[in-house]
Amino acid sequence: MFYRESGQFKTSYQKDQQVFPIAQDRIFIALLLVVAFAVVPFVADEYWLQAVIIPFLIFSLAAVGLNLLTGYAGQVSLGTGAFMAVGAYATYKITTAFPEINIVIVFLMSGMVAAGVGIVFGLPSLRIKGFYLAVATLAAQFFILWLFNKVGWFFNDSPSGTITAPPRTLFGIMISGPEATAEVRYFVSLTFLVVFTVIAKNIVRGRIGRSWMAIRDMDIAAEIIGIQPLKTKLMAFAISSFYCGLAGALSVFAWLGGAETEAFSIAISFQVLFMIIIGGLGSIMGSIMGAAFITLVPIFLTNMPAMFGIPMATDLSKHIEEIVFGGLIVFLLIVEPHGFARLWQIGKEKLRQWPFPY
Amino acid sequence: MKFRSLILGALGVAVGITGIALSKAAYAAEQFIPMLVYRTGPYAPSGIPVANGFRDYYTLVNKRDGGINGVTVTFEECETKYDTKIGVECYEKLKGKGPTGASLFNPYSTGITYQLIPKASVDKVPILSMGYGRTSAADGRVFEWVFNFPMTYWSQASAFVKYVSRQEGGYDKLKGKNIVHVYHNSAYGKEANPTLVALAKRYGYKLTLLAVDHPGQEQKATWLQIRRLKPDWVFMSGWGVMNSVAIKEAAAINFPMDHFVGNWWSGTDADVIPAGQGSVGYKSTTFHSAGSGFPVHADIIKHVYGGDAAKAKENNIGEVLYNRGMVNAMFGIEAIRTAMGKYGNKSMTGEQVRWGLENLNVENARLQALGMKDFTRGVKVSCADHETGGSLRIQQWDGTKWKFVSQWLSPMRDIVRPMIEKDAAMFAKENKITPRSC
Amino acid sequence: MELLNILFVAPFVDITSSPVFFAEVVIGGLMTGVMYSLVALGFVLIFKASGVFNFAQGAMVLFAALTLVGLMERGVPIPLALAGTVLVMIALAMLIERMMLRHLVNQEGIILFMATIGLNFLLEGAGQIAWGSNVKVLDLGIPNQSFEVAGILLNQFDLFAAAIAAVMVTVLAVFFQKTTIGRALRAVADDHQAALSVGIPLKTIWVIVWSVAGIVALVAGIMWGAKSGVQFSLSLIALKALPVLILGGFTSVPGAIIGGLIIGVGEKIAEIYWGPAFGGAIEGWFAYMLALAFLMFRPQGLFGEKIIERV
Repeated sequence: MFYRESGQFKTSYQKDQQVFPIAQDRIFIALLLVVAFAVVPFVADEYWLQAVIIPFLIFSLAAVGLNLLTGYAGQVSLGTGAFMAVGAYATYKITTAFPEINIVIVFLMSGMVAAGVGIVFGLPSLRIKGFYLAVATLAAQFFILWLFNKVGWFFNDSPSGTITAPPRTLFGIMISGPEATAEVRYFVSLTFLVVFTVIAKNIVRGRIGRSWMAIRDMDIAAEIIGIQPLKTKLMAFAISSFYCGLAGALSVFAWLGGAETEAFSIAISFQVLFMIIIGGLGSIMGSIMGAAFITLVPIFLTNMPAMFGIPMATDLSKHIEEIVFGGLIVFLLIVEPHGFARLWQIGKEKLRQWPFPY
Repeated sequence: MKFRSLILGALGVAVGITGIALSKAAYAAEQFIPMLVYRTGPYAPSGIPVANGFRDYYTLVNKRDGGINGVTVTFEECETKYDTKIGVECYEKLKGKGPTGASLFNPYSTGITYQLIPKASVDKVPILSMGYGRTSAADGRVFEWVFNFPMTYWSQASAFVKYVSRQEGGYDKLKGKNIVHVYHNSAYGKEANPTLVALAKRYGYKLTLLAVDHPGQEQKATWLQIRRLKPDWVFMSGWGVMNSVAIKEAAAINFPMDHFVGNWWSGTDADVIPAGQGSVGYKSTTFHSAGSGFPVHADIIKHVYGGDAAKAKENNIGEVLYNRGMVNAMFGIEAIRTAMGKYGNKSMTGEQVRWGLENLNVENARLQALGMKDFTRGVKVSCADHETGGSLRIQQWDGTKWKFVSQWLSPMRDIVRPMIEKDAAMFAKENKITPRSC
Repeated sequence: MELLNILFVAPFVDITSSPVFFAEVVIGGLMTGVMYSLVALGFVLIFKASGVFNFAQGAMVLFAALTLVGLMERGVPIPLALAGTVLVMIALAMLIERMMLRHLVNQEGIILFMATIGLNFLLEGAGQIAWGSNVKVLDLGIPNQSFEVAGILLNQFDLFAAAIAAVMVTVLAVFFQKTTIGRALRAVADDHQAALSVGIPLKTIWVIVWSVAGIVALVAGIMWGAKSGVQFSLSLIALKALPVLILGGFTSVPGAIIGGLIIGVGEKIAEIYWGPAFGGAIEGWFAYMLALAFLMFRPQGLFGEKIIERV
């Protein structure tokens, strides 16, 4: 009753092509943004922002990036952690070498560096396909982390081998370093996520996105209709790595405050892959929902026994949490193998008829 | 149907969230100490005894002494799985608990320690990383909120070289000797390298650095290299499964075990037991005794376990890492007690505990009163020196228990301290910190 | 010049100057490779028969080893404990088929992969609840003495592991190639629906294959667990099997063995002779680079089925 497009007429091509053709969607997204920008930072306390919401935003960005590559262009990648590390270490190197450059520009530059690295490790995708392609990105994963761990130049020869986010300001407000407040870091992460989600949404519905999907569905056929596999695949690797690099930079500068290579291990690569599978391959919204599921549910499960006042040994509650989380994944896949994105769609379909289904 | 269950699930989540926000209650005179533990995951075999040591000591303080000067110790465990990100979440969750917030954090993980160092000064919560974490935090002028007494990795490496020189019969005998450092390829494992390199220059021994990647189940290449090099001594900075595999591999190439010395994270019962008879003779450094023969252990069995020695044994009493957790808990409690000496017997804030840590002076008489005479050495912390001039001993595994095989060895502070100050100064510059004057 | 020397001259000089040590490195690599293959085999079996890349294989290794040690700790004699563990793994396979696979027939590979991730969490949690997280000693009385043959150090345990692996591969290869069930397995791997339509009982096949994979996991768990003690880290050895799998091909039993041997020898030689040039610990990424190099020439892995693409 409330969620219907009937009566909404499009009178120009431009209107017909907008991202959210249904007015209710636009209202919903606008409300979501208002809540995210104006309500959340004033309601959530530091624990929620710092430990729950900021990591969720950063992983969402990485998941959107990986979904561009895996979900849209069909290239499996297990190198997300490494590309994030490239972004983080590049930001650290650039901003310590040239402290006067605006930090936002440094973030974007680091994204570019990550994109370059992504192109190099994307080259084998021209020859190797499917699960086998994972080897190229796995090589990237292990080689890059080894490099950052081994070569002192990357961490300014600090004997500890770790990088620390130095204090940096934007418009006179501290946005990184220990002095930056959780609210500011939340705004920075959120802004990056929103801006780059909008960009991603537009990429995938444009020419580039369509050529990616053609390659994904059958690359030989795509080649025959005139899509260059080389250019298209490498562009997917570049753009995806840019997103991951940005997420990596944010994870050190807006979230963790410091890192060693262990923070970008293969476990992270897998985690981001889980996010996009459970969220839905080939869906921007799904990436974000998947990130929410993988980052938030374990935290929620951990806090559950304490919330209901059930005293439980720490290890036992962790194990139960793992069992429940695992069971939940299997259950969700059985209910809807195509992830949250599909559930979301089904939800919308139901909503059209609600409350009078026929 | 499916959709409805989803909505219901979402509602459940929302209700739960409000629940968290509401669960703040009133507190009595309590001192809250957070515990970051890892009882699950790849490092659980090390994490469990540490966590039990902490827990039992805090319980002992409450049951035997009625708290710290009458203030009850409350503590809460948060499981980190040794994962830095979960550790940060735990920190954020626990730092504000209790009437005055968290007293101090003992992260027991290099990664988590590095995360918390910049946050500590902002949140005003001190960090006690006892024998791990960032070595240069020993410079209290830059790292006001971080303590790493009684010793750091760099001091440890220098004390190891000193031990080798004693065994070989003098520093001049070190010339031309072959020493290998087998290390966990991480920030933690690399810590000892700069010191060993600097000392190699000074004493003329030949140093080979061999890295082992996490988790370290496969070390054939490393030990084949050692078999060829035939080093006089092997020093190891290992962690978790890497230790037991290394000991097993060393035994498999017939390396003389009494020339194989682990650092203090590579010398616990869980490291040597899986290697069976092969591990007999293996040595490691330590800064406290192993075993449960001290009065404090008798107190724990009596007050915490109600006299049930078998149950205490099940809870790792007397294992190296259990004792380490206990020593660490003791230093934390004594720091709080020191702070109470100045601010009065009530709940201490993080800032007050920091003062207590910085003015901590545990003497032998105090250790005796605590039932820990000869168990570990006292410390005297100062504003500039957060490491103190602690010293270590070498212990050896005889197949059933650890035995000391050396006297207390003091580190070569003349070489270590300048390196610490240099690194601290670099950190201060990068992060725009003005060092305090002490 | 210096760089060229340590990359292209010094290692070869080193190899030729002490051939005995080189032989030792190669043998060490082969032994390691066998251990990798043991883990990789479990992956291959399941991938071959159900097209699932089983992320939970590492957790199954841990679970099997934990169950075995747990039973032995409770005083069960070794043969009974082994039999008991095998029964547990079979029960687990039936459970997995019933609760999970049955509902996911004919789904895409990546969805099944994700389901095994859920399984991975489940097994890790359940295994540790049942048997604890402490390190446990696994002593089956496998000898671990070293002896020298012509100056080359050999280890009884390694030889034992190699023998076990050889037996297992032979049995599995025969099973897959010569028996009716083996043929049915291969049919299922090709196409779930087609196999069903010619009357192959999909459910039984799945239970069999997961049971066999569970037993292979038990063997891997015993061999690795004897080295390091049984603890959580056992589940991480799955990572070591990844390059082996990719190199050997996901669908080939002999491929898992040959791949393991190539990776084992390759990474040991690289680490020992070229490691110093790079600063050490290059094994981790070298294995993948090696696999990548092979894949450039054979994109379907060494023994994988040829990929035929039609438009």
